[in-house]
Amino acid sequence: MTDRSGPAGDERPPKPRPAPVPDADSAEYWAGAHDGRLVVQRCTECDTRQLYPRDRCLVCRGPLQWVEASGRGTVYSFTVIRQNYSRPFRDWIPYVVALVDLEEGPRLMTNIVGCEPDAVRIGMAVRAQFEVVSDVAGIALFSPDE
Amino acid sequence: MSARRGRRAVIAGVATSDYPHLPHLSEHAVHGQAADRALADAGLTFADVDGLATTGFFPMYATGVAEYLGLHPIYLDETNTGGSSFEVLVEHAAYAVEAGAVDVVLVTYGSVQLSQMGRRLGTGGGGGGFAPGPAIYDALWGNTLVGNYALAARRHMHEFGTTPEQLAAVAVSMRRHAAHNPQAQEREPITVDDVVSSRLVADPLHKLDCCVISDGGAACIVTTEERAADLPRAPVYVLGAAHATTHHLNMSAMPSLTLTPAAQSGPAAFARAGITPQDVDVAQLYDSFTITVVLTVEDLGFCAKGEGGAFVEDGGLELGGRLPTNTDGGGLSACHPGMRGMFLIVEAVRQLRGEGGATQVPNAAIAVAHGTGGMLSTGATLVLGKEAP
Repeated sequence: MTDRSGPAGDERPPKPRPAPVPDADSAEYWAGAHDGRLVVQRCTECDTRQLYPRDRCLVCRGPLQWVEASGRGTVYSFTVIRQNYSRPFRDWIPYVVALVDLEEGPRLMTNIVGCEPDAVRIGMAVRAQFEVVSDVAGIALFSPDE
Repeated sequence: MSARRGRRAVIAGVATSDYPHLPHLSEHAVHGQAADRALADAGLTFADVDGLATTGFFPMYATGVAEYLGLHPIYLDETNTGGSSFEVLVEHAAYAVEAGAVDVVLVTYGSVQLSQMGRRLGTGGGGGGFAPGPAIYDALWGNTLVGNYALAARRHMHEFGTTPEQLAAVAVSMRRHAAHNPQAQEREPITVDDVVSSRLVADPLHKLDCCVISDGGAACIVTTEERAADLPRAPVYVLGAAHATTHHLNMSAMPSLTLTPAAQSGPAAFARAGITPQDVDVAQLYDSFTITVVLTVEDLGFCAKGEGGAFVEDGGLELGGRLPTNTDGGGLSACHPGMRGMFLIVEAVRQLRGEGGATQVPNAAIAVAHGTGGMLSTGATLVLGKEAP
């Protein structure tokens, strides 16, 4: 994943990872990852933790606050992408796309890095690491939690 | 469904356009060809049509098709639920004719996706990067359309021990049916070994676990039992219908990757039709990928959750099998122009009329057409019958 060079013959400079454009719902989420923190929403009425960011609790429609998550989770499912013509992703093939269940409950999509794609398993313990993708946004990738 | 006498919804005509490769036709001309043939099949003309239902990838799509075809309908519907849209459009059309809002609804589909994209297998071009609104959360990781279904397949294998060979059996059976369909895009027989040894696109899905990409269209005519009494074809009754959704484009928002909206739409449609899964003689199930069919047979109740792999093995989906499915060869082999749902309805009607040819299910009286749209996001079930309810 960290080798961003293109396929042989492609002279163009490596394309960076896409950066999300924060909005009223997501600004704190992306800013947290930018600063090295994985944050999730907590309902102040029923204590549910949720992602992705919304304006209301999905269980009781109550109000929300942002809380920091541990960054630990387990792989719920994954796939190894071996075909994608879009840049920059095609330069990373093969790479792992996974759904991770956080210790606090919410599920998110991410890439698993820091191990061979074939080493990933459902149920594997993983831990967040962060990549800054713009002045206002970072993203959480996950790697095996040794 | 439950209309007053005479206004029960029926399908009075069906047709497919030419397929799978139509470089000489525009997308709208494919609509036109399918519509011409469906109206001829029903013994009607454009002058009889007072409703139009269709959908595509642009807003006000149905209005555009009406303009192109020179129609000024008093009923328009362009509900878009992805690949399941046409089951929903026929459901809505059935309600509308039963309510007396409209008499003859033309439902059309047309696409030239193959000619536009130049690919023959639905293994996904690009994927990831930009997405509007909340779809951004799953769009940053380079996941593809195939990758989303692969996530579900991997989870199903983990929970229930489903094997790549069981998934492959779906593709093998569809190809066997396609061998009898002269229009089918892929007709050469394949084996389970061919499927599992084809290139991995997104583990655990191989190239031959993925549908083809085609040009093509299809159409049907929804009207009342009363109107159909004067028409040449034996009417096919819309016995029950329902649809459901679990999420949009974010797989992270799907509550369980092994439970699709079919688990809601199926039981609701069967209840409205007053039948059980055991009463179904033939099924047309959206087969974007092999895993889609395994999940659908479970969620519609043709077998227990987790037993879909065993259900589709050993010819379970073939003529004479547990549930003859996709008798035209399906999206995996015959034709998949992007939103295949209309083809499911046409083939279901042909089976109920006894026009299935070499893949006719003997005495088929009840058929199910089930569409799946998005990333397993929507499901729409239509129960069709040969006899009045």
